Amino acid sequence: MTAASRLNRLTPYMFLAPAVLVLVVALLYPIGYMIYASFLDWRPSQYISEAEWVGFRNYINMWNDEAFLESFGVTLKFAAIVVTLELLLGVGLALLLDRNIRGMSALRTIFILPMMIAPIVVGLMWRYMYHPTVGVFNRTLEGLGLETVPWLSDSTWSFVAVVVADVWQWTPFIFILALAALQSLPSSALEAAEIDGASEWQKMIHIKIPLMMPVLIVALLLRLIDAFKVLEVILVMTNGGPGLSTEILSLRIYRTAQEFQELGVAAAMSNYLLILLMLLTIAMFMYNKVVEARAERIRAMAEED
Amino acid sequence: MAARAHEKTNPAFYALMVTLIVMALGPIMLMLATSFKSNIDIIDSSVPAFLFTPTIKNYEAVLCDVLWYEPASVDYCDPTFGRALGNSLIISLVSTAITLILGCMAAYALVRFRFMGRGAVSMTTLLMRMVPPAVLLVPVFGIWTFQFGLDGSYTGIILVYVAMNLPFVIWILQSFIVQVPIQLEEAAKMDGANPLQVFFLVVLPIIKPGLAAAAIFTFRIAWNEFLLANALANRNTRTVPVTIVNSITEYNIDWGVIMATGMLLAIPPIIFTFIASKQIITGMTAGAVKG
Repeated sequence: MTAASRLNRLTPYMFLAPAVLVLVVALLYPIGYMIYASFLDWRPSQYISEAEWVGFRNYINMWNDEAFLESFGVTLKFAAIVVTLELLLGVGLALLLDRNIRGMSALRTIFILPMMIAPIVVGLMWRYMYHPTVGVFNRTLEGLGLETVPWLSDSTWSFVAVVVADVWQWTPFIFILALAALQSLPSSALEAAEIDGASEWQKMIHIKIPLMMPVLIVALLLRLIDAFKVLEVILVMTNGGPGLSTEILSLRIYRTAQEFQELGVAAAMSNYLLILLMLLTIAMFMYNKVVEARAERIRAMAEED
Repeated sequence: MAARAHEKTNPAFYALMVTLIVMALGPIMLMLATSFKSNIDIIDSSVPAFLFTPTIKNYEAVLCDVLWYEPASVDYCDPTFGRALGNSLIISLVSTAITLILGCMAAYALVRFRFMGRGAVSMTTLLMRMVPPAVLLVPVFGIWTFQFGLDGSYTGIILVYVAMNLPFVIWILQSFIVQVPIQLEEAAKMDGANPLQVFFLVVLPIIKPGLAAAAIFTFRIAWNEFLLANALANRNTRTVPVTIVNSITEYNIDWGVIMATGMLLAIPPIIFTFIASKQIITGMTAGAVKG
């Protein structure tokens, strides 16, 4: 074998090796390590070899820990409410604004801003606006002669406040996806409906929404996955409080590791979160596969005709 | 579709659009305004939110040790923010550069040499997108501190960021490399170019738009990230998000200064948004719209 052909044969491996190395060292290994650590009673001052093996204790104890259960409940509630609101608002706005209006691309550009800015900064802005005395909301209420609201110091209001901030930040994501889906709809279906005398409303219910469904489901799942990952915005706004009213799971993991110094428990929680998200991802993948298979079948049938 | 003239539309739609723009920009504008406000004006409720005498004192306080002049308004210069800005810049730029180099090589190998299907890569990307940074917190802290001895160093943080961003970068670059006509590469090979030359001189120049999109996404994640930076950084390597969170847990928040810091942290992503919104939207919608 000549040197040149050996070089050619090795090239793909050479190109791939650095990336694979980094991924194995800094991603796969840590995840494996986390699974191992979740069976230990481990504190940050100890080497992992000194930590005691406690089997499934971390996993089981958690379900008797009221604080964990509450934070798990808060996470589910937060994700469900936020994603529903964003989906309704985002799709609704996209349906309304799917027409040739001047300034649409400006709107789209400005709509990306909340997602591009650091979550820490988003939290900061909202914390300032919700501030009891200098915040813009309470000042407006005062100006109107109304009673001020304890935005971040009351457990119900702080949950509302956190939801509003998330809706502000992420509705644009759904809007942009829905708009892209609407604009790639086959015009033939809509034209046919128009000839048949369908009203705007009928076109929306019977044609636009069903055809957008695949994109909407994917958008829904992506948002759901991200909703479980929210951390910084809430950390800055309320730090999980008051009480545990806004302490979602990833914040709980952070605090268990950082404040309570129980790395084993934090790892077990991470594992639960990871399993939950993995189920969601698999659901999304399966859905994609089903849709593709159906599209394939329809295409095959169309060719037979 | 773009060629079609703008139809006459009900003004209500314009009103709706303007409302949406105001709502999206409002909080950002408020932060911008507050960063130019003196603390007396912030506390005084008779001073309107957007009408006041602007001052650059807050920015001077944040940047005091990197400015070329000694700001008169600052009695004691706290170097934390200036240093954090430098750290953030170094960490984000270096990790973006490394991610792009490794990502583009791997994407090229996967496309041209047909190792695994594209399906396997997009599956991994999706799986990685799903891993929350909170999940990496414990293991990365443990391994970096006890095994690699990388805690508190730039290398440690950069390594995590590269690993976190690689799957997405590989995935998005693949879709660009697939479109490079193979005939071009074959022609170069006929002229005697070796695989490395083909890659650097033929392929890379063609996929520049893809590289730009990937760079923006990577930079943004590294620039904005808080959790892992907080766990790994020490006093000297702290990034801006970490210093913001540290200064906000205190009871007496200096709103003017912290808003100026927030604004400085927000400026690079805002600039990217205005120069490359098309690429960003493509990156966001890719995978969802096309499947």
